[in-house]
Amino acid sequence: MFGYYLHLALRSLRRSPALTALMIVAIGVGIGAAMTTLTVFRAMAADPIAEHATQLFAPQIDAWGLGPSGPNPDHLSNQLDYIDATALMRAHTGERQTVLYKTQFAVWPPQSQLPPYKAGARAAYADFFRMFDVPFRYGGPWSSADDQGRVRVVVLSHELNERLFGGANSVGRVLRLDDDAFRIVGVLAHWDPVPRYYDLRDAFGGTSEDVFLPFTTAIDLHKHSSEGGGPCVAPTPPGWEGLLRSDCTWLQFWVALPTHTEVARYRAYLSDYAAEQQRIGRFHWPPHVQLRNVRQWLVYCHVVSNESRILVLVSFSFLLVCLLNAMGLMLARIMRRAGDIGIRRALGAARAMVFAQCLIEALVIGVVGALLGLALTALGLTALRAELGSDMQVLSHMDAADMLLTVAVAIVATILAGLYPTWRATRVQPAWQLKAQ
Amino acid sequence: MQIQPILAALKQHKLATFLIAMEIALACAVLVNALSLIVNRLSAMHILSGVDEASLGTIVVTGFEPQQVNDLNARMITGLRAIPGVESVDVITSVPFGGRGLVSGITLDRKHYDSVIEFYVGSPGTPEALGLKLVAGSVPSTDDYQPLVGRDYFPASSRVLITRALAGRLWPDRNPLGKEFWMAKWQFRVSGVVANLAVSRYTEYGERGAEWCVFVPALPGGQLAGTYIIRAQPRQLDRVMVAARAAVAKIAPGVVLDEEDSHTISFLRARFFQADRTMAGVLVGVIVALLAVTAFGIVGLASFWVAQRRKQIGIRRALGAMRMDILRYFQTENFLIVSFGIAIGVALAIVINLVLMKFFEVPRLPPWYLPIGVVVLWLLGQLAVLWPALRAASVPPAEATRTV
Repeated sequence: MFGYYLHLALRSLRRSPALTALMIVAIGVGIGAAMTTLTVFRAMAADPIAEHATQLFAPQIDAWGLGPSGPNPDHLSNQLDYIDATALMRAHTGERQTVLYKTQFAVWPPQSQLPPYKAGARAAYADFFRMFDVPFRYGGPWSSADDQGRVRVVVLSHELNERLFGGANSVGRVLRLDDDAFRIVGVLAHWDPVPRYYDLRDAFGGTSEDVFLPFTTAIDLHKHSSEGGGPCVAPTPPGWEGLLRSDCTWLQFWVALPTHTEVARYRAYLSDYAAEQQRIGRFHWPPHVQLRNVRQWLVYCHVVSNESRILVLVSFSFLLVCLLNAMGLMLARIMRRAGDIGIRRALGAARAMVFAQCLIEALVIGVVGALLGLALTALGLTALRAELGSDMQVLSHMDAADMLLTVAVAIVATILAGLYPTWRATRVQPAWQLKAQ
Repeated sequence: MQIQPILAALKQHKLATFLIAMEIALACAVLVNALSLIVNRLSAMHILSGVDEASLGTIVVTGFEPQQVNDLNARMITGLRAIPGVESVDVITSVPFGGRGLVSGITLDRKHYDSVIEFYVGSPGTPEALGLKLVAGSVPSTDDYQPLVGRDYFPASSRVLITRALAGRLWPDRNPLGKEFWMAKWQFRVSGVVANLAVSRYTEYGERGAEWCVFVPALPGGQLAGTYIIRAQPRQLDRVMVAARAAVAKIAPGVVLDEEDSHTISFLRARFFQADRTMAGVLVGVIVALLAVTAFGIVGLASFWVAQRRKQIGIRRALGAMRMDILRYFQTENFLIVSFGIAIGVALAIVINLVLMKFFEVPRLPPWYLPIGVVVLWLLGQLAVLWPALRAASVPPAEATRTV
């Protein structure tokens, strides 16, 4: 029976091709727009290391005492100054922790006369790689002893290793960065988390980081942050030592705290630390600290702008308009066929059969519309990738659950749209309808 | 035109009428709010840099030693000036929309730090090269350009230019000329006020105003090295910049050209606002698609009703109705449905805006956007219904005599 009704539905749809096309295109365009924006939104809001997102924390300490005129709604800087960051590092209160900052080096290509070029670098502690699940192709992270000893070692990105060594295993070789020789201890596999959640000031773009080196080594070499000294409030003493003693906040800090107990303990530690700083006279204000996990951090730093949230709302309103449109047209169509239905009823079709026939017609429109919608989504994402560049590789996959949900919504909506007119149609009195002819 | 018969006919199609009215209501609400979002994006993109963007480009080099800076600056200035078409070359610490500039808190009383502002330090001729517009006081004289000592970013005491916006922030309703402020040990005295000068990387969520900027005069050398601002005729700028980027390797072998930041200011600006532009573009796309779908919905439904009522139209024509009457009938019917939708849509638009304001920090909808949405949808409705209505008007009176 289903096959026969499907056949009937296709015949009936073919009788008014323009109207059928209109309904299908409306549903398709609506789904395409909604799915495209939803996928972009998901990609931006995603935490690339979901299982760690609630275990990695960024502590904040008020080192300025600006009160209400301080940055952010809670008057805290997004970063730490050198004194606080190294104090937290020394305390080693968490399971793993790392200070981070971004800098840059002139990379001298080995065995060639090519000119040196600028590469983005990240200064970190060895824990960084474990904490953020950084994948290695060759070798591995440097050791804690290297951190302690300020050893000149580097880990290269996959891309830099391709460029310098043609992708060969370069572990153990020596690379000149600025004026110093560094021993290569590891090479990463391709790694480009979007958003770059560990340093959100340039979450979706900026230079990729091609070189990773121990924080202590970078400090030893007086490598400034590529963002400059960071915002400072109190007078900065002169020179490099001055920067290290200043309240300039230019360092990121992350700590891994796997259990609630540890989080609570760390929170207490932070408060104690700030209170201690007040006691020794470094802070002239009461302790003001914060501890946020990756997920909260993404929200705090406005990584997903309100605009992109609104864009998702706008697209779904658009989908609603498209569905209303399709419903209106479908209604008109079925109402028009009261005559046909009257004849079928007079010839002995039961109400349930008429009902099934009309619903299958709605289903056909819903399914074809949904398929068109998925095709348009793929097209929309391709266009956006071209527009936004390769930084948004994450956009290449649609979320299967979202996809199913949207398609289901479209099909259910078209069927719902078909229900009322179908019900009306089954109410048709065969005799009355025949007489009216 | 009598409205009574139209309403009676619409009563026969309550649900379809209601659906199309709801579609228009939603379209109206989305249109108005999306329009306001687009205008917000565009105005965010149009922050005034205060410099002659079309005439300026920047070359950034890194990887040189402190003892090399005087030689480097001299070579770069001479070398870049030699490129045909270059009008001037000056040394500056950063440029609007370029890499991050010098940002710091300042104090008026040497005790309380409040505003976090951005400093542009530049060599003699920089204000003129940038095209800063002076609104009060005077530009720094030759004597105001002092050498930088050691690793200092500023001379111990300097006479500076500040923006009108910063003057208003620091000394509201008072003459800023001659006033002093401090950053650490450095003293700054305001010698002039410029109309506009934007911070290098403005974010709406940041702690700074878009134009809280100071221009500090200094002689090249010390920390003032490595970033050069090139001025050329707008038409020649692109060619000049290509030549300048290529020339760096010859002018100063061994330094590293910053490929990412060495561009024209217009290019840096376009790159800086790319996300906003994409957002505005997507919104425009959604609005166009929304209006198209709505229009086609109206065309579809109206065509359907026309086809359904061919016999009745024929009867009316046979009874003496003119073509114009039939046309008017469908136009009025559409106007009624659209007006009903718009009435709900305007209310919905305001509600949506209030919700967005509460949860998404969106500014209040300017009231005059509502009439724009109303007029657009009325016009859209009338345009969409025109073709089906013309088809209806062309139904011959003889139709009345045919069955079915």
